[in-house]
Amino acid sequence: MSFQPTILVIDDEQQIRRLLDVTLSSNEYGVISAATGEEGMREAAMRRPNLIITDLGLPDVDGSEVVRRLREWYDGPIIVLSVRDTEQEIASLLDAGADDYCIKPFRPFELLARIRSALRHHETAPKDSVVTFGDVVVNLAARTVTKSGDDVKLTSLEYSLLALLVRNADKVLTHHYILEQVWGKNYSEETQYLRIYIGQLRKKLEENPAQPKHILTESRVGYRLVTNPSPSV
Amino acid sequence: MEPVEEHRPDPDVLLDALKKEEEQSKRGKLKIFFGMCAGVGKTYEMLKAARQVLEQRVDIVVAYVETHRRKETMALVEGLEILPRKTMTYRSTTLEEMDLDAVLARKPRIALVDELAHTNAPGSRHPKRYQDVIELLDNGIDVYTTLNVQHLESRADTVAQITGIPVHETVPDSIFEMADEVELIDISEEVLLQRFAEGKVYAPDRAQSAVKNFFRKGNISALREMALRLTAERVDQQLQAYSTLKAIPGISKTRQRLLVGITADPDCERLIRLTRQLAYASKSSWVAVHVETPGASNAGIQDVLMKHINLAKELGAEVITTADRDVAAALVRVAHEQNARQIIVGRSFRSNIFPSHNIIDRLLERSTDIDVYVSSSHHETPRRRRHISLPHFTSEPRQYIAAFGAIVLVLGICYPFVEFLGYQTVALLLLMLISILPLFMGIGPVLLAATVSALAWDFLFIPPQFTFAIGKAADVLMFVAYFVFASVTSILTSRIRSQERAVRQREERTTALYKLTKELSSARGQDDVLRVAVASLRSIFRAEIVVLLGEPDGDISPTPHPSSTFIVDEKELGVAVWSYWNEKKAGRHTDTLPNAQATYYPIKGSRYTLAVFGIRRSDTAPLGFEQENLLDNCIALISTAMDREFLNELTRRTSVVEESERLYQTLLSSISHELRTPIATIMGNAENLQSEKVRVNVSIVDSLLAEIKTAAERLNRLVENLLDMTRVESGMFKVKLDWTDIHDLFASVLRNVARETKEHHVHINVMDTMPLVRLDFGLMEQVLVNLLYNAAAYTPKGSTISLEAEEQNGVCIITVSDNGPGFPSEALERVFEKFYRVPGTPSGGTGLGLSIAKSYVEAHKGTITASNRLSGGAQFTIRIPSEIKQMKLFESEA
Repeated sequence: MSFQPTILVIDDEQQIRRLLDVTLSSNEYGVISAATGEEGMREAAMRRPNLIITDLGLPDVDGSEVVRRLREWYDGPIIVLSVRDTEQEIASLLDAGADDYCIKPFRPFELLARIRSALRHHETAPKDSVVTFGDVVVNLAARTVTKSGDDVKLTSLEYSLLALLVRNADKVLTHHYILEQVWGKNYSEETQYLRIYIGQLRKKLEENPAQPKHILTESRVGYRLVTNPSPSV
Repeated sequence: MEPVEEHRPDPDVLLDALKKEEEQSKRGKLKIFFGMCAGVGKTYEMLKAARQVLEQRVDIVVAYVETHRRKETMALVEGLEILPRKTMTYRSTTLEEMDLDAVLARKPRIALVDELAHTNAPGSRHPKRYQDVIELLDNGIDVYTTLNVQHLESRADTVAQITGIPVHETVPDSIFEMADEVELIDISEEVLLQRFAEGKVYAPDRAQSAVKNFFRKGNISALREMALRLTAERVDQQLQAYSTLKAIPGISKTRQRLLVGITADPDCERLIRLTRQLAYASKSSWVAVHVETPGASNAGIQDVLMKHINLAKELGAEVITTADRDVAAALVRVAHEQNARQIIVGRSFRSNIFPSHNIIDRLLERSTDIDVYVSSSHHETPRRRRHISLPHFTSEPRQYIAAFGAIVLVLGICYPFVEFLGYQTVALLLLMLISILPLFMGIGPVLLAATVSALAWDFLFIPPQFTFAIGKAADVLMFVAYFVFASVTSILTSRIRSQERAVRQREERTTALYKLTKELSSARGQDDVLRVAVASLRSIFRAEIVVLLGEPDGDISPTPHPSSTFIVDEKELGVAVWSYWNEKKAGRHTDTLPNAQATYYPIKGSRYTLAVFGIRRSDTAPLGFEQENLLDNCIALISTAMDREFLNELTRRTSVVEESERLYQTLLSSISHELRTPIATIMGNAENLQSEKVRVNVSIVDSLLAEIKTAAERLNRLVENLLDMTRVESGMFKVKLDWTDIHDLFASVLRNVARETKEHHVHINVMDTMPLVRLDFGLMEQVLVNLLYNAAAYTPKGSTISLEAEEQNGVCIITVSDNGPGFPSEALERVFEKFYRVPGTPSGGTGLGLSIAKSYVEAHKGTITASNRLSGGAQFTIRIPSEIKQMKLFESEA
């Protein structure tokens, strides 16, 4: 393999580091491990990993602090590991520059999917102007949306929302971010708009709007457009 | 009394004696070096005794000793530890006092405190030194002190009579009786006079005048006799107390009780002292009774009365106040109630209005089984004259003006018609006015009106007009009659009015107490009780209140309770703290720290002092006797209510502890099983996978891995539930409401339970016009996941689970139902209980899921109910009141 991305894992739990080591190396990633925040930041500076996975609860520096400090100079993707009920913090970290998150206990395949998506996002800076999910094709250049080949009529706000999701496909977007991007800064707390328009998009684009496969809700955090839904386990 | 009982000690007396002994074991012991007068060598003897105990290595210190620079005395002080004195500055004079706090902090075994009757410098904690001594004793410190006979409260009068010099510094007899040991320091009159002559008592220049004035031989003999007699009486009393305690037959007698009536008469003071002496000599207890009668009483009388009552209290009487029109009847009634066999009254005890039919006569009529002693009076009853003198003039100037104006008005109206009416009629009209006036004003304005109208009538109407001369004899008679009639009417009316006022005041007090009782009894919780208490005290006494609560660790909280209406500074707090620890009232108008701004009352519970109430009145005068009594009653009521709440809280806490212990037990038994099962599965299977033999068979490996995964998931679910439960229990979770699309919520839930419901049909039905509702997405997701998980776990494969939502009048209704077996009817009530599991259900659940769901729904102010569907199967219904937002609003925007 010509290119082997390296991933820095910052976690104080040895078992988690080992689990990630096995998971990642068996998937052709180079792995660097760090047990503390300080060590992690040092490793990041010296080894320039392609992606960083950091735990939120670190013994020395708080994980969110690690993210903020890394973001000052590091432009690779950062994925945050955390436990449940820290969604508020996650949302603010995502707004502060983290790319994605995974809730412990996580499933390895889920984490791998996040890693792939984050790396892909990062490499392919000029976006494909055509994005496909399910039987929906979004042509960002032509501003057209088709479903099973048929044109889908969207209002301009619906389209803006969809375009934002599509441009950030497979990445979680916080409520706050979406509202700011689509509706503007003054609307960043008006989640009801978002709920309605997401519902509209699902109705128009999802196979079964009651059980969406692509436009997914990330409870208490935001939304994510999934292009290749993993088969349910 | 029957002869058999003769030798048996009265159980009450025995109990008293035992109680006293028990109290004394905790208290410090008081030893008094008692003498007839200054110069007998009390201090000297005290120091000698101190040196003796010091030799036995007892921790003894000099808290305050006055050597008067006598050489022998000063020599004795040497070698003893002397605590520094406290210097106080009062009006540019520096005074030295015993430093009470220093002694308390030093906490010696024995403290020497000279001159028990000393009056402390203003600004000290207690006005009198004996009160300092009592505090030392209360704190378990033994005290040696000195005292002269003339300083005893009950002897002060006699001494003043003998020597002709009034005694100002006195101590209550009770402290003398409280002493564990009294050592009489006795020397002969000759030796004492010799000492004076030698200048051993006072400096020579002062000695001369002292001998002339006070220390005359005759005086000294009388004082000596008094001191000897008191000491002898004491020995006798001790013997009696001892024989009661040890039940030596023959000596114990039935308890006698004396009763003395208290009035505002100046002679009453003597009467009180007399009764105390009689009681002491006859070894009986005594009761002082004040009978409130309807009628005018002014502040001056109240003060004297209060002084007498305090005196009786100080001398050890039980004071009882009762209200009755008939003083004699009241005294006899109380005597019966209190089992008193003797009533002592003064000769001045007479009724105000009917002196001929005096109280003493009626007392004798009524008290056939009670002896009545009538003490001769020293003061030749100035009392009657004072009572005949008119009631007090307290009316405002406005009333005088109004009275005057009314008379002028009537005169002005009548004047033009005098020919027509006749001047006698004018008198009648004026008289009518005079009779009406007392209804509106006090005695002063009415008398003014009477006088003015009489004179004006004479001047303006009686011929010859415009002179004060009266022509006809009949008119003179009429004028006099008018004047007398007007005056008597006004006096009688105003007297009735003042009686009415007294009755009304009493009624007001009763009403206030009744209201307070009612409100306190309906108050729930300590805060409520305090709120009621503060509001009542404020309105009854027109005072500002501060409440300082005792804290669980036993100390008093320095920050006032929020119900307080003023705050305390460091100094005031000190007074409150003293009151708290000593369980006595302190501060303004009390014996302790009277310089404080407020008076502090301890709220005593059955176990501890619960709080201190500080009461600050803008009025600087002390409360009158009746008000003080009312306040004491209020404080008692509040104490009871506070104690009730305190005990309730205690019971509640105990039951909470019990409940949590029960939960803990259930948790242990339920969880240990639930935790161990998946752990055992994971550990066992992981070990299996390490074995070569197993690994050969790929299908076995796959199934073992699947087992591990399932077990881990089960473990994960359990841990999540336990964490959720902990959050609920600790109240740490917060509901964060946000606009929620129910479709979105349901989709999210389905994604979460996709694997668990793989084998079931999940049917979703959301009302077409379902609006957005405000919910906590995460919490509701958890609720529905738990419900769906339950439905999937307890219904057979292939069953249908329905998830439905609708909105009715601002209530979001979500139902989760299945077509499984439903609940056994007895389980319906209990499914939401923690750790409850429907009997006979398969293992794998913790009994926490539904309980958590319920807590989360209730945090939304919603309800969740479980029921069985008519068509079979279980159904959960969640109702959450919510703001709603119709989707239509936005369609138009698109």
